Amino acid sequence: MSEPKVTPELAAEHGLTKEEYARALEILGREPTFTELGIISVMWSEHCSYKSSKVWLTTLPTEGPQVICGPGENAGVVDFGDGDAIIFKMESHNHPSFIEPYQGAATGVGGILRDVFTMGARPIANLNALRFGSPDHPKTRHLVSGVVAGIGGYGNCVGVPTVGGETNFHPAYNGNILVNAMTVGVARADRIFYSAAAGIGNPVVYVGSKTGRDGIHGATMASAEFTEDSEEKRPTVQVGDPFTEKLLIEACLELMATDAIVAIQDMGAAGLTSSSVEMAGKGGLGIELTLDDVPMREEGMTPYEIMLSESQERMLIILKPGREDQARAIFEKWELDFAVIGHLTDTGRLVIRMHGQTWCDMPIAPVSNASPVYERPWEPTPPRPELEPDVRALPARPLGDVLETLMSCPDLASKRWIWEQYDSLVGGDTRFMSGQADAGVVRLPGQSKAVAVTTDCTPRYCLADPVRGGAQAVAEAWRNLTAVGALPLAVTDNMNFGNPEKPRIMGQFVGAIQGMGEACRALDFPVVSGNVSLYNETNGEAILPTPAIGGVGLLPDVMTAVGLAFRNEGDTILLVGETKGHLGQSLYLREILGREDGPPPPVDLKVERRNGDLVRGLIRDGLVVACHDVSDGGLLVAVAEMAMAGGIGAHLTGLDGADAGVLFGEDQARYVLAVPPDTASAVQERAAAAGVPLTVLGHTRGTALTGRSDTDAIPIARLKRANEGWLPAYMAGGPAE
Amino acid sequence: MKAAVILFPGSNRERDAVAALEAASGTRPYEVWHRDTELPKVDLIVVPGGFSYGDYLRAGAMAAHSPIMREVKARADQGVRVLGICNGFQIVTEAGLLPGALMRNAGLKFICRTVTLRVENTDSAFTAKYRKGQIVRYPVAHHDGNYWADAETVKRLEGDGRVAFRYVGDAGEDDPLHNPNGSVRAIAGVFNEKKTVLGLMPHPEDAVVPLHGCLDGKPLFDGLVEALS
Repeated sequence: MSEPKVTPELAAEHGLTKEEYARALEILGREPTFTELGIISVMWSEHCSYKSSKVWLTTLPTEGPQVICGPGENAGVVDFGDGDAIIFKMESHNHPSFIEPYQGAATGVGGILRDVFTMGARPIANLNALRFGSPDHPKTRHLVSGVVAGIGGYGNCVGVPTVGGETNFHPAYNGNILVNAMTVGVARADRIFYSAAAGIGNPVVYVGSKTGRDGIHGATMASAEFTEDSEEKRPTVQVGDPFTEKLLIEACLELMATDAIVAIQDMGAAGLTSSSVEMAGKGGLGIELTLDDVPMREEGMTPYEIMLSESQERMLIILKPGREDQARAIFEKWELDFAVIGHLTDTGRLVIRMHGQTWCDMPIAPVSNASPVYERPWEPTPPRPELEPDVRALPARPLGDVLETLMSCPDLASKRWIWEQYDSLVGGDTRFMSGQADAGVVRLPGQSKAVAVTTDCTPRYCLADPVRGGAQAVAEAWRNLTAVGALPLAVTDNMNFGNPEKPRIMGQFVGAIQGMGEACRALDFPVVSGNVSLYNETNGEAILPTPAIGGVGLLPDVMTAVGLAFRNEGDTILLVGETKGHLGQSLYLREILGREDGPPPPVDLKVERRNGDLVRGLIRDGLVVACHDVSDGGLLVAVAEMAMAGGIGAHLTGLDGADAGVLFGEDQARYVLAVPPDTASAVQERAAAAGVPLTVLGHTRGTALTGRSDTDAIPIARLKRANEGWLPAYMAGGPAE
Repeated sequence: MKAAVILFPGSNRERDAVAALEAASGTRPYEVWHRDTELPKVDLIVVPGGFSYGDYLRAGAMAAHSPIMREVKARADQGVRVLGICNGFQIVTEAGLLPGALMRNAGLKFICRTVTLRVENTDSAFTAKYRKGQIVRYPVAHHDGNYWADAETVKRLEGDGRVAFRYVGDAGEDDPLHNPNGSVRAIAGVFNEKKTVLGLMPHPEDAVVPLHGCLDGKPLFDGLVEALS
């Protein structure tokens, strides 16, 4: 076997800049071998090295008394009380999902599951945040169908309930969809597994599926813009096997119950390369691998291919010496491959042997720690002018028609068609899933406490004002957890942006980080894990800046959680928070007036916290029947959603005479509550004592929205038909309207 | 009542089944590995939901030939009650304990939602705690729940009162729009001839505690405990 000779041209084809190649020559003191070039190129890819984003990510708050492990490990870990820990992370699989939607999305779920169970957690909830192009783009239907089937096909088989998420449509995603998957797991706080290798001579063990040629250069693909011929990259998309993943989860958790493991990491992006280099690098050790011993499913694979393969469902484990047989027995029980493929050394070097030859012998620290860091130039996003005041006048159309149009627009339409393809109940611990509450609520197995989970981002806000949009995404996640009664603990972020080499795009990234940082600090809601996906552009067209936030909160008693559905007739409907009538960047403006202008709503983090703390206290004290935050679509949409979910209408005397700003404005820090009539005065007193504005909107009644003197009753059934009808009709090939 | 839950490597609703059985009987069921060849002495065998061996072939087709299923069939022949839920229904049907087959859902998609069922026959340990014609709600979560049998078999099943549950509208009316998967005659669950084996696609084990928001599955487990203790 021989390898191609490495030249500057070949290095450029691997995505290394001239400067980066010069640096590689300097580190090695010679030309790299072909295998070494492959390894360096993936380690220094944007996807693995965070070279454009690192300087800004380090400005985010990552600490707090609840944080056990912040960014830098496979996933973040927070204290969940009673010796329990919650481990979670969100990760993108955008590029593969656009090229091959089923497998791209499926392996996205598989990868994030491994990031969580590799730390010792049993996964108990999955979520996903999806952004597709315009519904009338010819590819959108195919992409929605494939992505949803892929997420379901994988998640349903591994037996982890998918309990939440969000889906948006916008033409900016026509050529570059976003598939962000999040997993939440539970572990004992004193049984968490990390990735830093230790113990010279300790065996390096490969477990899981065999290695094939799939996914080679996946990480490099994820670090470049798309062009029209990206379809040709289909072979670089990995293929998932959820059944093997299920076996791997059970086998790893069984091994983790022993004390045989020193360190463990999944083989994700850049496969065996990143896992071996990162584990040895974190431990300050060297590693020697004999690739002849790697389980392979194809003949004649080269060291280059083995090191760069992104075959799925594989893990790398450092065992304590002499524990090989104990570990092997567990993996054989689960019918998975198990192979000792190397050992740790004190040389600080990565040495790779195969067929009796050495194919790689290079220092680890400079490659893993000293990867390039760029302070890319950036431009702040110019502020958008305020809207003219008369935009607040309601149109001449009947209000029922306006509301019906809004409820059936792609961003507000029910996503039931999607979530019914996900098993949201497996495990028997799901209290609330999508559509029932503002956050998914899953009980910890065998306990009464529960974790609340949500994903949030409003990309149109982020485009108009990245700082405000970044803060709003964090605030909305915090609000959604609060709205079920949970105490928000921490977030994971999935930063999806365009090409960072363009100052305008880099400015969006910087702005979003600033806004997120402010909000996380003000709300004691630190970032404990995350993922960055850049170069989300096709033919030079960037996506909307999309910093997706995954939030996790604690409910001491799962049965105190509330959903969003009205439950009884005669309950008092209250609005918590102040309504100024902000219509800039609102869905009303876009869907009814056909405009996408103005600034997004301001985010006052002190008010956000004050209002949320009040609402959480009211829920914990059992005073609230239903709660829903006011977000996309504004107040009337929020009330309509509560009515549709419960099949009970609302008599809204408090909205008589209200203009479009009041009805559809997207002012932040607001919640709609339904409370029993005999507790309404107690709730009002508590709000007054906390200095929180509280408005009586009316009460639950009948089967329609009523109460405006100038408006006919708007039947819930009509709204529900519009809201539930759009997506199934669209997916069945109906009009893309 | 002593029960055993069969574990395939891809089972994933075994925890739900174990919890429901333990809550109803006060005794934790045995969990029996698919490669085992012997079963403890039990009154009830549950084959839970999941993806047995991945189900890349027809769902349940390989699991039906696993070592433990020989023993399950032998016990069933002796009259031990067998409950196959979802993938378990597919497996016991492939194993020949029940007639018919489970095909891909008519809509070709996985479906997870709560469905309305009518209890069609209460002359069994599984359904004794329900009223005949009672309307109950259980969740479904499956990709291959489209029950099919030839016309003669269906006629026999109907005539012998072996249809246990049927998908119906919210008020209990026959309504093809509420048949989630295209099953023949909206059949959701069937008995063997002696009504000692029940297979059903919906999940009674996910409707047994207030957390689930619905307790309609509880009488099924309570009825088994009462009959088999």
